[in-house]
Amino acid sequence: MDLTTQLEQLRDEGLGAVQEATELKQLNEIRVHFLGKKGPITAVLRGMKEIDPAERPQVGKFANEVRDALQQAIAAKQDELETAQMAAKLEKETLDVTLPGTPVKTGTPHVLQQIIDEIEELFLGMGYQVVNGPEVEEEHYNFEMMNLPKDHPARDMQDTFYITKDILMRTQTSPVQARTLEKHDFSQGPLKMISPGKVYRRDTDDATHSHQFHQIEGLVVDRHITMADLKGTLQLLARKMFGADRNIRMRPSYFPFTEPSAEVDVSCFKCNGQGCAVCKQTGWIEVLGAGMVHPNVLSMAGVDPEEYGGFAFGLGPDRFAMLKYGVDDIRNFYLNDERFLKQFARKG
Amino acid sequence: MKVSTKWLNEYVNVADLKPEELAEKIERTAVEVDGTSRQETGLKKIVVGHTLKVEQHPNADHLHVCQVDVGEDEPYQIVCGAPNIAADQKVIVALPNSRIAGNEKIKKGKMRGIVSMGMICALQEIGFPEAVVPQEYVNGIYVLPDDAVPGDPVFKYLGMDEDIIDVDITPNRADMLSMRGVAREVGAMYDRPVNLPEISVKEDDGVKVDSLLSVAADEQVAPTYLTRVIRNVRVAPSPLWLQIRLWNAGIRPVNNVVDATNYALLEYGQPLHAFDYNEIAGKQLTVRQAQEGESLTTLDGTERKLKTGDVVVADANEVVALAGIMGGARTAVTNDTADVVLEAAVFNPTAIRKTSRRENLHTEAAMRFERGINQAAVVAALDAAAQLIMTNANGQVAQGILEATRHTATDVTVTVSLQRINDVLGTKLTATEVTAIFKRLGFTVTEKAGTFTVNIPPFRWDISLPADLIEEVARIYGYDNLPATLPVGATTPGARTPKQRFIRSIRQALQEAGLDQAISYGLTTATKAQRFMFASATATELAFPMSSDRTTARMNLLSGLLDDAAYNVHRKVQDVALYEQGRVFLGDGEHVRPQEVEHVAGVLTGLFRQPGWNQPKQPVDFYVVKGIVEHLLRQLGISGERYVSVSSHAEMHPGRTADVYVGETFVGFVGEVYPDIAKENHLKRTYVFELDVDALFHLPKDEQQYTAVSKFPEVTRDIALAVRTDVTNEQLTQCIVKNGGAHLTDVRLFDVYQGDKMAPGMKSLAYTLVYRDPTKTLVDEDVNRSFNKIVRKLQDEFDVEVR
Repeated sequence: MDLTTQLEQLRDEGLGAVQEATELKQLNEIRVHFLGKKGPITAVLRGMKEIDPAERPQVGKFANEVRDALQQAIAAKQDELETAQMAAKLEKETLDVTLPGTPVKTGTPHVLQQIIDEIEELFLGMGYQVVNGPEVEEEHYNFEMMNLPKDHPARDMQDTFYITKDILMRTQTSPVQARTLEKHDFSQGPLKMISPGKVYRRDTDDATHSHQFHQIEGLVVDRHITMADLKGTLQLLARKMFGADRNIRMRPSYFPFTEPSAEVDVSCFKCNGQGCAVCKQTGWIEVLGAGMVHPNVLSMAGVDPEEYGGFAFGLGPDRFAMLKYGVDDIRNFYLNDERFLKQFARKG
Repeated sequence: MKVSTKWLNEYVNVADLKPEELAEKIERTAVEVDGTSRQETGLKKIVVGHTLKVEQHPNADHLHVCQVDVGEDEPYQIVCGAPNIAADQKVIVALPNSRIAGNEKIKKGKMRGIVSMGMICALQEIGFPEAVVPQEYVNGIYVLPDDAVPGDPVFKYLGMDEDIIDVDITPNRADMLSMRGVAREVGAMYDRPVNLPEISVKEDDGVKVDSLLSVAADEQVAPTYLTRVIRNVRVAPSPLWLQIRLWNAGIRPVNNVVDATNYALLEYGQPLHAFDYNEIAGKQLTVRQAQEGESLTTLDGTERKLKTGDVVVADANEVVALAGIMGGARTAVTNDTADVVLEAAVFNPTAIRKTSRRENLHTEAAMRFERGINQAAVVAALDAAAQLIMTNANGQVAQGILEATRHTATDVTVTVSLQRINDVLGTKLTATEVTAIFKRLGFTVTEKAGTFTVNIPPFRWDISLPADLIEEVARIYGYDNLPATLPVGATTPGARTPKQRFIRSIRQALQEAGLDQAISYGLTTATKAQRFMFASATATELAFPMSSDRTTARMNLLSGLLDDAAYNVHRKVQDVALYEQGRVFLGDGEHVRPQEVEHVAGVLTGLFRQPGWNQPKQPVDFYVVKGIVEHLLRQLGISGERYVSVSSHAEMHPGRTADVYVGETFVGFVGEVYPDIAKENHLKRTYVFELDVDALFHLPKDEQQYTAVSKFPEVTRDIALAVRTDVTNEQLTQCIVKNGGAHLTDVRLFDVYQGDKMAPGMKSLAYTLVYRDPTKTLVDEDVNRSFNKIVRKLQDEFDVEVR
């Protein structure tokens, strides 16, 4: 048998073996067997010196071709087997992707806090400071400085928890206005502040009344502040809190510390002003009180009402949350049922 | 104030306005409106009936069988149980298939075997509040006037077809607590003429009033005190038109004298009072302050002990009226009254307010005197009432007004500039526009070089400042017409204070740790307020609490959180993880106002983590809560805190509580709630912490500073130590750190064992020691040297056995 025939035989044998191989280990054995240093192809090449030198190049070339063919076949088979092996492995690793993921435990900010934060962000962006004031307050700041002298009939509007005749649980965040006005240095620029916090009223708790609730007071005092500025500011607030296409309307009202005073309604976000149960068929929902700072409030705090003026507003985060999320019982905010708190876990 | 548009229309034309339209305009221009209503709404087939025959019911003593003409061919037979039913009465009949108050349907039926074609009604049954039903009809059917036509709907006879707008008057707009005031306001709103008739009284008695009575008043308590005397009255019910006006305004008709005073009250906003002249001892009335020990039985039958400061009217013997609030029973006008003293006055608002609050007697009169009245209308109201009594009760008005004091009300002048108005409102109004607005309001105004001089009549006593005038301009111009702008001017940075940011970080960190934010009540019981305190402090207590649950300002947050946890557990929510950030109120015993200190606290009970299909449950324990505190402090840049076992907190488990110190500063505690306290709240094992935010805020914080991350690998060694149970982890760790050398960078406890495999009184703790040299790769020898030293020292100091 000449070398070429031997090589052909080896090639066919080899390719056949590769073809049959089912495992990588087997394939490796085939490689070692046919292509190894002690393998038949090497042996054939070693026998070259015994053949006619004229045939050598041809036989040599053919031998290389056989080796390449085998190598390629092995490589291809290896690829094939590896892919199959990986596939088999992955197949075995298949999970039930419908099993629930491992829960991540996080806490939820209180819904009132979220409302307060949202309003704070709006006003911080407009250059307001956030000011906190005492909850146990002097009657002087809570009433007198807010233009509510003793025996003023408007004191009936607020039932007060007194500690002594001069000290009380604040009924409103408005006293922070007076405290801040007294301290503000107008040579450093205008006063723009909001003041969120707890307030207390002598009320019996039920679905719509709470002896404790929250307020956010807003105050801007500068040389040229107009009621139009108040309207624009509140419009922005209403749109931020209740949706971009909300409108507001202001109605005359009475607060001792503002003049003119206004109740502010926002167009109903449930029915878009058509009239529904939420807005009691009026198309409007009362959301806050506001007005131009009463000159007496300014002068009592040592600010010249001839030179400076401003606006103030007060709103209830509890009421905002009730409206925004349809909460029907104010006591929910203070009983802290986990099932209630967790309902407001969504961020943004 | 309930305003009948029909009555209003007599003063200002509103006939062309839908009541809802008018109500909305009032709401947008003046004061809030509680609603509009028409009493007939929802009622049907309620007609006038004429009782032709009334016979005893054969089977029931208290029932009558009536034959009633209801305008049909045949009379209807109706069974009636009212005690005042009689033949030849005009009555209110609810026909079969009618609808009466409360949406109740009346059907043809049988009563004790007798067919009844409907029902004869009391006023309450067709929707009248009992408080306005004339006394003689409260317990029976109502009897209509003789001229009522059988078969006609009853509504027009009873004023039930009038539209009523219920306006909610703010304290500053007491001028609208009268029909004339409302008319002026509506006239200004719509720029319509207001027609307020002048009243004059016909004095037809030849006798002069001062021969009948003498009066005196203290000017301080009654700046105006006027009386008239009307003689020979015949007390009877008022004509129906007058009764309708009263009950539509929410006032019960009484008789033709009292009703006249109430009518004048509604028309002018001026409270009046009528005395029975013949009951006045000494024929003299004196207005003065009450003396301690005096008392008076008021019209409502209540005996009231008077106090100094109460303003009273007295005759020669005793107090006969609580001035401006309620008259006395003895001198009240009754059916037998022949002669009447009519009083119109202005009383000191503060005094009225004090007395009416103390006596809880908020009458129509008191409400008006407290808020002020139109001092220019006192005489007109007096005359109007006198004239009505004369007409309705056939009285004779004695000549003249008897006057004890009389304050003459004058216009108030206020000036304001056009510029100021536009500056405050952000408008571009012209002088002409503003002048027109003032005129619409009934003010006289002159304008000169942009300044308005405005004379405000006494009927708008709420106006005294330029700001008040600006408000009037804004209202009438319309808040809706104001532009919407934003403040311009120097910019200011909007930023939270460092403390506010710190508190936000606390909230953030605790939420990351899995706690939900709670907001609890700041007021609690005295007992709960004083629990879980860091140091003794004085409680801040309410003078007049509403309930025994809310008497004292809290001095800790945990009591409130335990209430919250209990609330959850009670409602079958067993797993609770809450935190609260808020203030505690710590009194110093000297000042009434407490220090308000920011605290943060957490409460955990039940499972911290629910079991899942791929993880075990994790019950809350001491170390879960401690881990949260550690996480919080790390997030705040506070490190090196110490946990010192403490058994002195009465509300805390003595073996499972640690005080937390940073350096020498006490910042709070963490641990398990004492079983009795937990049980009181129906809680199982409950773990808590409470920290002083102000103390934490003032502590020095770790710097955030870059250090190069080491390129060289760390080397670890594990060590397991058998040690007596009383040796603490802290002691061992400190010893390891102290002796570990420069390259020991971390000591991690990875196992604690105490049980069968250990000798009694012994436990095992296992640590991983982490070594690293930032400058080179550590070799075994370096580490071994340190490790051996640590072992030696641990053996020396704590007699440990290395396992």
